Amino acid sequence: MDIISPFDPQVIEKLRAGDQVSITGVIYTARDAAHRRLVEAMDCGEELPFDIHGQTIYYTAPSTAKPGQVIGAAGPTTSGRMDAYSPRLIAAGLKGMIGKGSRSREVKDAIKKHKAIYFAAIGGAGALIARSIKNAEVVGYKDLGAEAIMRLEVENFHAIVINDAHGGDLFEEGMAKYQKELK
Amino acid sequence: MRDIDSKKITETVARLCQEANFYLGEDVLDSLKQVMDKEEAPLGRQVLEQILENASIAAKEKIPLCQDTGITVVYLWLGQDAHIVGGDLYDAVQEGVRQGYRQGYLRNSIVTRPFSARVNTNDNTPAMIHAEIVSGDNLRIVVMPKGEGSENTSRLTMLNPADGRQGVIDFVVRTVEEAGSDPCPPVIVGLGIGGTTGRVMILAKMALLRKVGEPNPDPEVAELEREILERVNRLGIGPQGFGGSTTALAVHAAVIPCHMSALPVAVNMQCHAARYKEAVL
Repeated sequence: MDIISPFDPQVIEKLRAGDQVSITGVIYTARDAAHRRLVEAMDCGEELPFDIHGQTIYYTAPSTAKPGQVIGAAGPTTSGRMDAYSPRLIAAGLKGMIGKGSRSREVKDAIKKHKAIYFAAIGGAGALIARSIKNAEVVGYKDLGAEAIMRLEVENFHAIVINDAHGGDLFEEGMAKYQKELK
Repeated sequence: MRDIDSKKITETVARLCQEANFYLGEDVLDSLKQVMDKEEAPLGRQVLEQILENASIAAKEKIPLCQDTGITVVYLWLGQDAHIVGGDLYDAVQEGVRQGYRQGYLRNSIVTRPFSARVNTNDNTPAMIHAEIVSGDNLRIVVMPKGEGSENTSRLTMLNPADGRQGVIDFVVRTVEEAGSDPCPPVIVGLGIGGTTGRVMILAKMALLRKVGEPNPDPEVAELEREILERVNRLGIGPQGFGGSTTALAVHAAVIPCHMSALPVAVNMQCHAARYKEAVL
């Protein structure tokens, strides 16, 4: 399914765990250090480097771009490390998250409550994923280097719905489907 | 005595850092192709296909397979009849990492003061060096960029000797289950048994240097590997945790003696981007 980012609330409503999507539009990168700063800025009532309302964050810190490249390898990092911060961002209007790995109960509850969505990209496929990134620009926390916040323009960015707005969870459902009893 | 120039060590390490990050080993590629036919989940097969496509893009364009170009683990086996000239051995290795990460546009991921400031060293040093003195007059170098997604799910335990073989199996299976999708399955499970707390994890990490799927030469250990692999692949986690029958490509166990009161067990998890390259000087 082709979807446009920022996501239409009706599109989020329709998506279910296990759906494969192809995302085109704008997403923002942020991971550990940037999340910490975003939440600290919210605590102090400061303006964020971008308006997170309705937006999507991709958990990645790309490798350095070679001359002539838009971006280096840019696969997802483990999302669980952002669990401490995500419920706060979701409550503030963040709608989409892209990463890899499972989320905490608190994040899943926030996703359901605020009608947000969590996708996985293929971990370890950074060279392949980089092909769907057409433009990359640092928009905040430049001093964090690879962990700076970037605005990415993506075309046909492949992702899979893990946690949908209705409580669906592909990791739980997929594992249950293929789990086998011990002999 | 045979002289080995430290400059040569630096050049070699710099080259290995890049090659390891660009080119996935043939054994890993073969293993991924083999499990593709066996994977039961359609989505799982798609994931394996994309992992293989990714490896081919990285090799062709000389870009990293994964943006996490790792903490650089360097193994050295220095022959006791070799003589390093022109500078300090460890300095030469660290300089090689510095140059390799810069030349290859690899990501610098190392931070100082892990518990507080976490400031990037901006050259991916310090590499974690494990050195052993061996017979001969060569220096064998292995560079293994270790991605943190899998490293973070590694575990060590000191079992009770009474826990025995079953205790080891249960600990490994539980570790893989708890790791779930986080370590980028299909994984390779490095398993160390014996020694001391420090030694057992190094053992588990070094077990990852075996060709993927090549069984331990000791039949009893090979049987243990086989049984754990089967148990792990019954968990249903599958490629990337999306569900499926391929959670691990292999279990590589290494066993050494231990104290009569101990049963040390370490699991060092390795993602599917199982990268290392070696050279002998």
